[in-house]
Amino acid sequence: MIPLSWYLLLSAVLFCLGVAGFLIKRNLITVFMSIELMLNAVNLSFVTFAHQWHAVKGQIFVFFVMMVAAAEAAVGLAIIIAVFRVRQTLAVDRIDLMKL
Amino acid sequence: MYLTLFIVFAGLCLAGAVNLLLQRHPINSALSLIVVMTSLAVLYLLLGAEFLAAAQVIVYAGAIMVLFTFVVMLLNAGREERTLGSRAAKAVGFPAVVVMLALIATVIVKATGLHAATLSDGITSTVDLSRVLFRELLLPFEVTSVLVLVAILGAVALARSTEGERTGGK
Amino acid sequence: MTIVEFFLWSLLKVVVVTVVLLMAVAYTVLLERKLVGRIQNRWGPSRVGPFGLLQPLVDGLKNLLKEDVTPTGVYKPLYLLAPILSFACATISIAVVPFGEPNVGPKGLPLFQISNVNIGLLVILGITSIGVYGIALSGWSSNSKYSLLGSLRASAQLISYELALGLSLVGVVILDHSFNLREIVEQQATKGILTWNIFGGFQFVAFFIYLMAAYAETNRAPFDLPECESELTGGYHTEYSAMKFAMFFMAEYANMITVGCVATLMFLGGWTSPFGDFIPPPENIVAHAVFPILWFALKVFCFLFLYVWVRGTLPRFRYDQLMNFGWRYLMPLAILNIVATSLWQAYHPVS
Repeated sequence: MIPLSWYLLLSAVLFCLGVAGFLIKRNLITVFMSIELMLNAVNLSFVTFAHQWHAVKGQIFVFFVMMVAAAEAAVGLAIIIAVFRVRQTLAVDRIDLMKL
Repeated sequence: MYLTLFIVFAGLCLAGAVNLLLQRHPINSALSLIVVMTSLAVLYLLLGAEFLAAAQVIVYAGAIMVLFTFVVMLLNAGREERTLGSRAAKAVGFPAVVVMLALIATVIVKATGLHAATLSDGITSTVDLSRVLFRELLLPFEVTSVLVLVAILGAVALARSTEGERTGGK
Repeated sequence: MTIVEFFLWSLLKVVVVTVVLLMAVAYTVLLERKLVGRIQNRWGPSRVGPFGLLQPLVDGLKNLLKEDVTPTGVYKPLYLLAPILSFACATISIAVVPFGEPNVGPKGLPLFQISNVNIGLLVILGITSIGVYGIALSGWSSNSKYSLLGSLRASAQLISYELALGLSLVGVVILDHSFNLREIVEQQATKGILTWNIFGGFQFVAFFIYLMAAYAETNRAPFDLPECESELTGGYHTEYSAMKFAMFFMAEYANMITVGCVATLMFLGGWTSPFGDFIPPPENIVAHAVFPILWFALKVFCFLFLYVWVRGTLPRFRYDQLMNFGWRYLMPLAILNIVATSLWQAYHPVS
């Protein structure tokens, strides 16, 4: 027997860890992973609220988030590969020029 | 029973997320993210969302994170280096994150009317889920499929190498 | 049934199923060596025990006693994690497979299935998709170009063929309205071979797609490019020796068995007899419990036999041919099968 607020707190902590990762990490791929972590945290609160209101639509929201995340990962990783091909590095501090 | 399961998997989740921040090598970060995702799947199961738990493992842990590790392996990305930018981000970022967490936490703690979850709660069956998805939300579903198609085309166009274009490509 | 009893029974089932699975893995290896030997007009292992029947035991002992070499320059944590992950994922998915008659068991607890899950099929697919990491990490952490190439090939191949594999099973799910493996089997039970999904449900195209995708998923000939020894000296497990190599080896065969179990459950009627109701089920409670298991084992055996037969017959594909085949032929065919099945289902709704 767990109050649902525990789940929400867990989701908040995960989200904040994702934000922190996004700010701190200096590797393009890890930054991208932090974004995925944030999406996952939000998904958890969607599922929690679906449980709270006995509404299926909350779960379907998660389903859509997953689909968008998959699309985003495909495009994002393709961009990362393209960037690496041109710059030979993944450090975000070195990828600060619009044009080489 | 429920409490134990929650504590174990919530703990795994948090440990994975913290490890993602601490690890310097991208592949270790990716693995800890996989731990986070699979333990989230168990939490979904505890909340009665069995289809989502399976989808979480198959889509996130089994497809998206495989792509990540694949790219890390392909580019052989080394350890990240600490720079001036990262120190600045830490100095400003950490307080900001703590403030944000405090804000969200107060809202959640003050919230009233939140139910409790137990093991005997009903499970949302896949049939219910698909009934809503394919009847009421058919249009968003179809729109998402177009989005996925566009993403595939975009990924192929972006990742196609210039040498490939010269030889006619595939 | 109290919770303690439940745990004890479950533990017993887990132990028995694991032991049986490991024995099956060992003897699948022997089956393969024997059969390939006969196909190539030689005897195969025949020295240890009668007909070479003790060969798996000796092989296991050899792997245990061999020197365990860890090459320098490997990334140790992941190098050790990879074979464990591979082996664990290959064996865990057997937990949701029903082997026999579900109504046999003490106090309503099914005896021939470790756990009956609503989303059993998805659980198997999920665990299989986690198994990719074992292969991917082994290649990367070995710090060797052959391993890396092998594992890159393997992970690309597994991701590609997982789509075709999943899509080929959707037709069956549409027909039977369930992800629960037990319900899927029970819907095929009535008229024996005529109601099996492969014939009665007109899923033979799906079965063919599943077969091809399964060969690719388990890295078996003709799709064994990740470990093709003529180019890669062994692929992702080049740098592994002794028991760690044996774990990859057993994982491969355990995966074959799991794939065979899924094929049996989804297309070939699971534990039901091919005669259905034409021959009345035996009255005796023991026969009632034992015959379904025999049918199940026979079907899985036929599937494994087919595996070895194909391995002994077909030459290896080229890598680009493999990718082309998966994306350009199997995927569209699987989608067409889904469209056809759903149209059929829409116009002939099952009562």
